[in-house]
Amino acid sequence: MVSRRKFLAIIAAVAGFASFKRKVAAQEPVEGYDWNKHKYAFVVDTTRCIGCGRCVRACKIENEVPMKPFYFRTWVERWVWLKDEEGPKVDSPNGGFDGFPPTYDERMISKSYYVPKLCNHCDRPPCVQVCPVGATYKTKDGVVLVDEKYCIGCRYCIQACPYGARYLYPADGPRETRRNTADKCTWCYHRITRGYKPACVEVCPVGARKFGDLMDPEDEVRKIIEERRVQVLKPDMGTLPQVYYIELDSEVR
Amino acid sequence: MSEILWQVLQHVQGYIYPNEVEVNWSVLIALYPYITGLVAGAFIVASLERIFKVEAVKPTYRLALLTALAFLLCAPLPLVAHLGHPERALEIMMTPHLSSAMAGFGFVYAWYLMAVLLIELYFDYRKDIVMWSQEVGGIKGFIYKILTLGDYNISDEAVKADNKIVNIVTVIGLPSAAFLHGYVGFIFGSVKANHWWSSPLMPIIFLFSAMVSGIALVLLIYIVSSYIRGVELDRACTDTLANYLLYSYLLDLSLEFMELAHLFYTQEEGIDAIRVLITDKLFWTFIVIQVFLGTLVPIFLLIIARTGIFKFNVRKWIYIFVTTLTLIGVFAMRWNVVIGGQLISKTYLGYTTYIMPLFGPESLSLALAIWILPFIILAVLIKLLPPWEHPHEWEKTEAE
Repeated sequence: MVSRRKFLAIIAAVAGFASFKRKVAAQEPVEGYDWNKHKYAFVVDTTRCIGCGRCVRACKIENEVPMKPFYFRTWVERWVWLKDEEGPKVDSPNGGFDGFPPTYDERMISKSYYVPKLCNHCDRPPCVQVCPVGATYKTKDGVVLVDEKYCIGCRYCIQACPYGARYLYPADGPRETRRNTADKCTWCYHRITRGYKPACVEVCPVGARKFGDLMDPEDEVRKIIEERRVQVLKPDMGTLPQVYYIELDSEVR
Repeated sequence: MSEILWQVLQHVQGYIYPNEVEVNWSVLIALYPYITGLVAGAFIVASLERIFKVEAVKPTYRLALLTALAFLLCAPLPLVAHLGHPERALEIMMTPHLSSAMAGFGFVYAWYLMAVLLIELYFDYRKDIVMWSQEVGGIKGFIYKILTLGDYNISDEAVKADNKIVNIVTVIGLPSAAFLHGYVGFIFGSVKANHWWSSPLMPIIFLFSAMVSGIALVLLIYIVSSYIRGVELDRACTDTLANYLLYSYLLDLSLEFMELAHLFYTQEEGIDAIRVLITDKLFWTFIVIQVFLGTLVPIFLLIIARTGIFKFNVRKWIYIFVTTLTLIGVFAMRWNVVIGGQLISKTYLGYTTYIMPLFGPESLSLALAIWILPFIILAVLIKLLPPWEHPHEWEKTEAE
């Protein structure tokens, strides 16, 4: 199992990283895009993720997320269950940006998997509820966005998000207009409104991340959600997340 | 900030979400509920005399109102200073998002300042202001003339009408004061993502600790200002306030105990992380400062003082010690809620650390400056509107 992952990681590193140059400049959604005709959802297949970190790197480049290890729109966690130990070991060094070092003795591992995380674009988003000025809002196609020109930087939304998906864009961040405002994954709104996939989905070498439109009956994501057993993170929060996980371990939160 | 985050990263324990390294609500946000709590508490002291007719504490009536005003004027400062974009602060009021508890702040604040405190102070002081405007010259006299708002009628009927208005405003003001601070507790209590905060008891706990801190502050200011003025303390007033401090403390302690008991009894997810938070991460600020020095010691000393085994001269020093401990203890409570709640990860698997910068934005020095400012404003207010030089008109009216 682990050797397969390693093999795939090497393939991914060699074949993939240099090819990621199809950067779409982040800007307003294209004219003519009708958000009433889409309802997006995201699927993460935890059985496929190899922890290569390409998605994390792609996201940072695509969305001008500061390269420091405390700001992430998406990250990958490694969950490891060791034999004779209660509870999992979890880590995410630099959000998985550089992949994962072989920390554990393979003979001691009972089970392990990688869990990519991102904003859940909840149907009932607590971040939207608490924003005092309405700078963070939910679009009709199901995406939660932040208006960087309107956000006052109070950080209430960061506190309200149960998933740690938000951070305050730092004062020295590369995108000037976004400085000192709340930032988070937008499912690459500038890409998806043009018909592209989010950057992390595009670069995933194993198809662990899938993005689709629930209004399209032929969409792969819609079929997965309809036909397979999927789970969301922290369902008890009542936030109705729109990122669905295949084969999610109940301990993952 | 980035340099501090690099340091913090070295101190992260266990597993936290990568975005949780930074403690987003800093010392300034701990200061904010502290200051609003003092406002609410001071107003409740004033209400004791007006609504509940506690004769003994009359000497502190106007002092409590001025204290509430001085602190209320500074209440938004830590919030605004903390914002990433303070120049957009007014958007909270101009284009509020009504589902947000924080958006309510502007309106609750404005209501309390404009519709309660300023009206009550104006009508309470109106006769004095008119008299001072005629007696005093220069800039001060000019200020009094402005403060009269052009109404120089101080006939008996007018003063009686003033008193009626003050009584009505006080009745409206008491729930308003409770709402002002209760809603601050609601901001924290309603964050379901954070188990250390998420509790319907939070607004009530905030309110009772506000009463504790407000009574302590007014009592301390009363003792210190009497010393500065070279005036004997009113013993009945001092002892009565101390008694009310004790009663509020007992209620506050019971509520906080119930909150903790509930946490540990229900054993919900994250309880192990909370246990470590209390016994390790917040050991000094929670167990030692908030619970022991800030609650148990003052309650013990107040009970001892109440037995009357000490003379007033000794009791006075006990009160000074107790009120100082109280003010520190209640700030520790705000700190433990605000900062403590962010040390614990929403994964319940790890902890971050808070490193407070000494200078710059969201620093210790800025917090101290904002903390000192209300006392300077209070000194100016006392100079302008002496709370003790004229007998209260409403007392006379009621005596008749």
